[in-house]
Amino acid sequence: MSDIQADISDTSAAALGGEGTVKDYWTLLKPRVMSLVIFTALAGLVAASSDIHPWLALVALLAIAVGAGASGALNMWYDADIDALMARTANRPVPRGAILPGEALGFGLALAAGSVLVLGLLVNIVAAALLAFTIFFYAVIYTMWLKRSTPQNIVIGGAAGAFPPMIGWAAATGSVTLASIALFLIIFMWTPPHFWALALFREGDYARAGVPMLPNVAGADETRRQILLYSLILVPITFLPSLLGTTGLVYTIVTALLGAAFLWHAFDVFRLRAGEPARRACRRLFGFSILYLFAIFAAIIAERILGIVPFTQVIG
Amino acid sequence: MSPVKDKKPFSPADMSRRRKRSLALALVLAGLVVLFFVTTIVRLGGDVALRNL
Repeated sequence: MSDIQADISDTSAAALGGEGTVKDYWTLLKPRVMSLVIFTALAGLVAASSDIHPWLALVALLAIAVGAGASGALNMWYDADIDALMARTANRPVPRGAILPGEALGFGLALAAGSVLVLGLLVNIVAAALLAFTIFFYAVIYTMWLKRSTPQNIVIGGAAGAFPPMIGWAAATGSVTLASIALFLIIFMWTPPHFWALALFREGDYARAGVPMLPNVAGADETRRQILLYSLILVPITFLPSLLGTTGLVYTIVTALLGAAFLWHAFDVFRLRAGEPARRACRRLFGFSILYLFAIFAAIIAERILGIVPFTQVIG
Repeated sequence: MSPVKDKKPFSPADMSRRRKRSLALALVLAGLVVLFFVTTIVRLGGDVALRNL
């Protein structure tokens, strides 16, 4: 046996990497984020009302989901140092040592290239270009640049999470329209209140990791003011799909009721500033914001399934 | 001599993890074959029956 062969046979798994289980790799994809991405992309796909073949719609959703997973893996590769410092993320596969940073990077890059190629070759180029831009935006613009440099990180970075319904729409129609931009805007304006509510009750975590979230930089009171401000902009924007003729009465009623509840929760966060009641208000807004976004996009899908006629286009 | 010589060889747990990862990769590749095949058929649609023979 040559020296080289002897070295290979003696090399431990830890030295070569390869400690990760299939579950660890699955965790790298951020499956919970991926499920929300699939759901909002599906809403964009069905809202577009095109005659896309159901199989191609399925392929598009799969590619978008894998692209989102790739973004998650690239994020976990780059952020392993700060993930190790935060209770919420310390147990992720890279900081835990189950997967080597290089393995996470390779996995993320392979999935990113694969998902964009599949979407481009099997569905259409516009959707593939949007998916490629989304992965780039999340991995490079948000993760590598904004996250560690500005308290506006999630305001601008939130765009990455807002693209999936636009990609779904583009997969169905091959185009970007005002109506698909309206769906983008809903998630874009929803992201700051959602994440700042989390940051308010996880303030210590972000401060320890040196991530300049708004509460550590501008203070809790300013964050509460900004949450209320963004919520006041978000709620009217959720009516845009109805004004643009994408959605109908059911969506409008659901959105109005949910919007009122969202504002009520945001006002509670603004009003209660100290102690356990303030903390509870932030947790309530955070929890409700997830339900809120889910319900809004569920209403879009439900209207299509039930065959409810959208309003006539008012603007655009 | 190489410093890695002192390290332990692959343990049975390492080998088991490797086997499972290989199996998952094989399933993904098989899934891609099905994906491309079915999509080709769907994209061809009825046109394939209308060609000149």
